[in-house]
Amino acid sequence: MLVAYLEKIGRGMIALLENCGRIVLLLSDPEPFKRRPNMNHVLHQMAHLGVDSLPIVLLTILFTGMVMTVQISHEFIKYGAQSSVGGVIAIAMGRELAPVLTGVVVAGRVGAAITAEIGSMKVTEQIDALRVMAISPIAYLVVPRLIACMMMLPLLVVFADVIGTIGGYLVATLYSGIGSFTFLQSIKVFTVVNDVTGGLVKAVVFGAIIALVGCYKGLNAPAGAEGVGKATTGSVVASIILIFVSNYFLSLMLYR
Amino acid sequence: MIKLVNLSMNYQGKQVLENINLEIATGETMVIIGPSGSGKSTLLRLIVGLVRPTSGEIWIDGQEISQLKEAELNQIRLRMGMVFQYSALFDSMSVGENVAFGLRQHTSMSEAEIAKVVSRKLRMVGLFGKENIMPNELSGGMKKRVSLARAIAVNPQIVLYDEPTAGLDPIMSGKIDRLITSTRRIMGVTSVVVTHHMSSAFSIADRIAMIYGGRIIELGTVDEFRQSQDPIVQQFIHGTKTPGLLARRRTKTEC
Repeated sequence: MLVAYLEKIGRGMIALLENCGRIVLLLSDPEPFKRRPNMNHVLHQMAHLGVDSLPIVLLTILFTGMVMTVQISHEFIKYGAQSSVGGVIAIAMGRELAPVLTGVVVAGRVGAAITAEIGSMKVTEQIDALRVMAISPIAYLVVPRLIACMMMLPLLVVFADVIGTIGGYLVATLYSGIGSFTFLQSIKVFTVVNDVTGGLVKAVVFGAIIALVGCYKGLNAPAGAEGVGKATTGSVVASIILIFVSNYFLSLMLYR
Repeated sequence: MIKLVNLSMNYQGKQVLENINLEIATGETMVIIGPSGSGKSTLLRLIVGLVRPTSGEIWIDGQEISQLKEAELNQIRLRMGMVFQYSALFDSMSVGENVAFGLRQHTSMSEAEIAKVVSRKLRMVGLFGKENIMPNELSGGMKKRVSLARAIAVNPQIVLYDEPTAGLDPIMSGKIDRLITSTRRIMGVTSVVVTHHMSSAFSIADRIAMIYGGRIIELGTVDEFRQSQDPIVQQFIHGTKTPGLLARRRTKTEC
């Protein structure tokens, strides 16, 4: 019973590592990256993957900032530390909450869309048609999405940092009774530039993870509608797992 | 010229193709027939380099391609076009954009020149003026014709057809057959056509090869093929379980 359970975990780990290896192999051939990407295509992907994700990202982070402030302001006021609330919210937003939650939301929305689109191209032989026409699917499909995700995720995180902190500010001042000046002064005292830039570095990595996992799963989608569905689900799950795991190591590296 | 030497393909433990030897001359139309799952489409995919053979050699115009890298293969593919079984049109692009795709990617032609070529190729396949229609608005036969226009847009020397008449009514099948013939006549291309429609095979082929169980069991001209004594070939031609029966009856009637 125990052995079977351990075997199951082991198989899952091996499959995850195999997938990671294959994703890296996507990048092993430098040829598709030498060609200048079609900028129209890149801009289209930036609009589709980035701009269209802005409302859901803002909504998620706004309420996260608000609820976090509700929770911590109550405790901080109890210990007389209300002057730290603004700083704590801003640091949490900049370092962890904004990049990670933006990554998760975009993985759910964009990663799934990338896999579904490329997966349906695969099962309808459109990927083969590209190859027969001497066009690398990596150059034509993966590179523009990779560039778009790596550029747009940090931009989304900047908006998320701002809106999350605004959410916190509104709750702190209107609900918890913390003064506006105290909140803003706390942000000024506690936060440093690295809190924001570190989050942006994370966002670039998360963007790459979302694009590469989404493309990889799409390019390797099993045949049929069911196959595309499974690949899409797998893409979201793998992206989110990789975002959380890489977030830990990035935090260790960036905020030692 | 396309030359396959001792070509074998093993997929997931199953021998799909075994020791295939075949030469297709420049400008020839070779039709590959065989029952479903016999390895016909795999043969096309091997020729265009979409899959690699387990063993054997594939020669295209004097160059062995089975071990080439993808970038090197792309140079060979520029001389090829392929019509896929389910057309494989890019569904996010209009008909015109589909046909223009290869030209935009591989040539430095201006948009005006590309538009002229697209218009000419669509006229060739009987779809003049349909540039702005989306693939999901097309019938099966029209999709096949757009797929052919896209395949020949870059003036390839070799055109591969994977089941070009599958799922089409007899009238549309005849139209596609005539297009294959006229494409060869006008452009002088080497054609490899995979089909299991015998009427198509007989109307377009210079030579026919029959694959059965992963091997070529018959190869010859249309007349040689009709007169084959192989019971499997006769069964495939006449679609009957009593091989050669219809052929014998026809011979009696003709006498």
